Amino acid sequence: MIENSHVGEVSCSPLRARIILESSFMAAFGTIALLIAFALAAYNLLAGILALRWIATGQPAPISPERLADTARRAGIAGFLAVTAAAFALVWSVFTNDFSITYIMEHSNRALPGAYKFSALWSGQEGSLLLWAWLLAVYGFVLRLTHKTDVKLYAYAGTILAGVQVFFLAVLCFAAPPFALYQGVTPDDGNGLNPLLQYPEMVIHPPMLYLGYVGFCIPFCFALGALMMRYPGEKWIKVTRVWTMVTWLFLTAGIFLGMHWAYAVLGWGGYWGWDPVENASFMPWLTGTAFLHSVMMQEKRGMMKSWNVWLIFSTFLLTLLGTLLTRAGLVSSVHAFAQSSIGTWFVVFMAIVLAVCIFTYVLNRSHLKTEHHLESLVSRESSFLFNNLVLLVACFVILWGTLFPVISEYVVGNKVTVGAPFYNRVAVPIGIFLLLLTGVGPLLPWRAASFKSIRRNFVLPVIAFWVTVIVVLAVGDRPWKDGSLDQGNFYALVAFAVSAAVMTAILSEFLRGAQVISRQTGRNLFAGLWLLTRRNTRRYGGYIIHIGVVIVVIGLAGSAFNRNIESELALHDKMNIGPYTLECVGFSQDSNLNYNSEFALLDVYSGGKKAFQMTPEKRVYLITGQPQTMVAIHSVPSWDLYVVYEGTNPDSGQPIIKAYLNPLVGWIWAGLVVLVFGTLLALVPSLSPATASLRVPVRTGPSEPAPKGGHL
Amino acid sequence: MIRAKRSDIWMKGLQAGILAIAVCFSLGATDASSRYNNLNHRLMCTCGCAEILGECNHVGCPNSTGELKELSAGIESGQSDQQILDSFVVKYGAVVLAAPTGHGFDMVAWIAPFAVFGAALLGTILLVRRWSVGRTAAVAVDLDTLDPAERERREQIRRDTGGGQ
Repeated sequence: MIENSHVGEVSCSPLRARIILESSFMAAFGTIALLIAFALAAYNLLAGILALRWIATGQPAPISPERLADTARRAGIAGFLAVTAAAFALVWSVFTNDFSITYIMEHSNRALPGAYKFSALWSGQEGSLLLWAWLLAVYGFVLRLTHKTDVKLYAYAGTILAGVQVFFLAVLCFAAPPFALYQGVTPDDGNGLNPLLQYPEMVIHPPMLYLGYVGFCIPFCFALGALMMRYPGEKWIKVTRVWTMVTWLFLTAGIFLGMHWAYAVLGWGGYWGWDPVENASFMPWLTGTAFLHSVMMQEKRGMMKSWNVWLIFSTFLLTLLGTLLTRAGLVSSVHAFAQSSIGTWFVVFMAIVLAVCIFTYVLNRSHLKTEHHLESLVSRESSFLFNNLVLLVACFVILWGTLFPVISEYVVGNKVTVGAPFYNRVAVPIGIFLLLLTGVGPLLPWRAASFKSIRRNFVLPVIAFWVTVIVVLAVGDRPWKDGSLDQGNFYALVAFAVSAAVMTAILSEFLRGAQVISRQTGRNLFAGLWLLTRRNTRRYGGYIIHIGVVIVVIGLAGSAFNRNIESELALHDKMNIGPYTLECVGFSQDSNLNYNSEFALLDVYSGGKKAFQMTPEKRVYLITGQPQTMVAIHSVPSWDLYVVYEGTNPDSGQPIIKAYLNPLVGWIWAGLVVLVFGTLLALVPSLSPATASLRVPVRTGPSEPAPKGGHL
Repeated sequence: MIRAKRSDIWMKGLQAGILAIAVCFSLGATDASSRYNNLNHRLMCTCGCAEILGECNHVGCPNSTGELKELSAGIESGQSDQQILDSFVVKYGAVVLAAPTGHGFDMVAWIAPFAVFGAALLGTILLVRRWSVGRTAAVAVDLDTLDPAERERREQIRRDTGGGQ
């Protein structure tokens, strides 16, 4: 097959011949590396199962089960090296333009810039599955190296992880091989990368998302392993806490980077279209977020053990479902760049995973009995419970909306569209309710709250809520206009008011704690705030994450006030939008090896003075002939001026410019930064009581203030 | 008697509130431009881009310009919103609507989320109430029979668990 693929290149130079030989070698090398990785993962799985079975039952074994388990672990480590070798082979092939490999031919070309050659690796089915397998191997490598933390639990988790690896490597070896050779004469150049993916964020967005998707496999393996071995205590949750938070952080960052990519590249002025593939990434985020909250109940009160196990099982299954939706073409999506028939593989694997989870749960559910029950409807525990409820209902709504077209077609033979209007009506109110719980939860003490304490804690947030309502109505956001209700404006008003209340609640928590510390230590308020945060990074890091969420919601609510204008602009023509006047001062064209481009030069005036210049661009990629907009964005805290060069009117020959004024969009990205900071802070270990006492001369009182007004 | 009256007032207040909200939501847009904007956000572009018709931004899109013209013509001819939407469904199929309708099986799409939310909320409230009632009784009995050392230990646990998340 290798010879056949190069029949058209008999007269090539010795250098060319060497390159072809190397290229073919890399394809073979990559394929063999994948087969070795598959064999190693299979050995890890089988040897791990045997060893753990012998250890659990105490049966006489022909070899030491501990030694067998260790060989399984080492096979997992070696598997990482093998998958890394395969990934290296694909990277090498794309950078050396080895178009004898079908995948490289279909997703790259010679003129493609280096950074985008990397992104070619996940622009298609086989490459993205290889990326998935490699990330899984990386996580597995770390897990197996750190096994001394708890040898038995890690052995269980490592063996389950090997099972997942076997599946992905089997798909790569037998269903979607990335090193398949091109049938026929090797072309001189490839088909190139999808223009939509030729954007800087596309180099980091998919790996981030995949790190999140793949990462949830680790807490899943620990949860299932702990249940299989009837692991005593909550240690597995403590072990997986860092894994889960890091994974959640990657998934969050991946989702936001995807939103920013959609905003900057697709040129429709929005960032979230409720596309099935977007939804697929959002669903595990919701269940993962629910898990991060509910594990606190298990750690603090020994409650919700079954719930937590099923939350993490569901999260992992949803990551697989997301991949199924992306790959199998089950639902219509604008992310249709990677569809194939491997959906069946995923359906079978999901069924196996679900069966194993149910079987293990039924067998060992007595181990998950709760140690305490809720004592009051108004308590921190209840707020966590309701928070979980709302997150799961939101997940159900999105899953329902995503699958309803398929269900409708199956039941009544009529395919329907479930787009943004459905989600805006159903998911937005749920989101606002969730935001409300974000503020209410931290104000409630554990176990039970008295009416007096509730009244005291909620006065300021309620005042903030109503002040915001009045201010927003006063500055001109009137949900009721001309006798009709503007749904978007109404939701924006509620979102602003709830955000203000939640922000007040969180900040008052910080302030109250800092004041206590300040009084105890005699230091100023900022020092008190710093020490307060260091003493319980998890709690206050969590509050900062909530602040980030509030900032994001404010940014999202701004979309209710978006406006736009479209116009043909001849030289020195002007268009007005909001406080800006855009004057066309020139048009130009440019070209390079990758694309031809047309762009407009627009002087932007504000208050009668020239403020800045914008250059919206339209590219046409040479290899594919596909057009692509490059949006010009001028961002300030109050809004984004977002300008799209839409092309030229075929009748008049005049360029068409579309300008949007999108309020508060910058807040979304700023919220992400706060959210990332909060998560990183929550990952930092808190000061131990001993360390804290060395650093701070505590005068009197407890080391940390209890929630105000709680009866505890 | 007084309790019944109070409950009656609350019920009437609740009904009035729900009615007011329902009236607000049911009122439609009034002028032609807002009708045009509203309707083009309830329809999909049929070129396969999976974009809302009012947001499809492809220059030279083979479908969106024609669809928008049909929409304008429908409004100018005095058709109602429903008649315009129906005419689009006849021509392009049900997939042209951006969201399921409120009729037939489509109704399930709208009801299911709220039904699930309501059932889950009610179930959670009932569960918590059941737990809390049982627990309160148990705690009351326990506290009476506890020795001072055990009581002190419990108080310590209460203090420890009260401070953090």
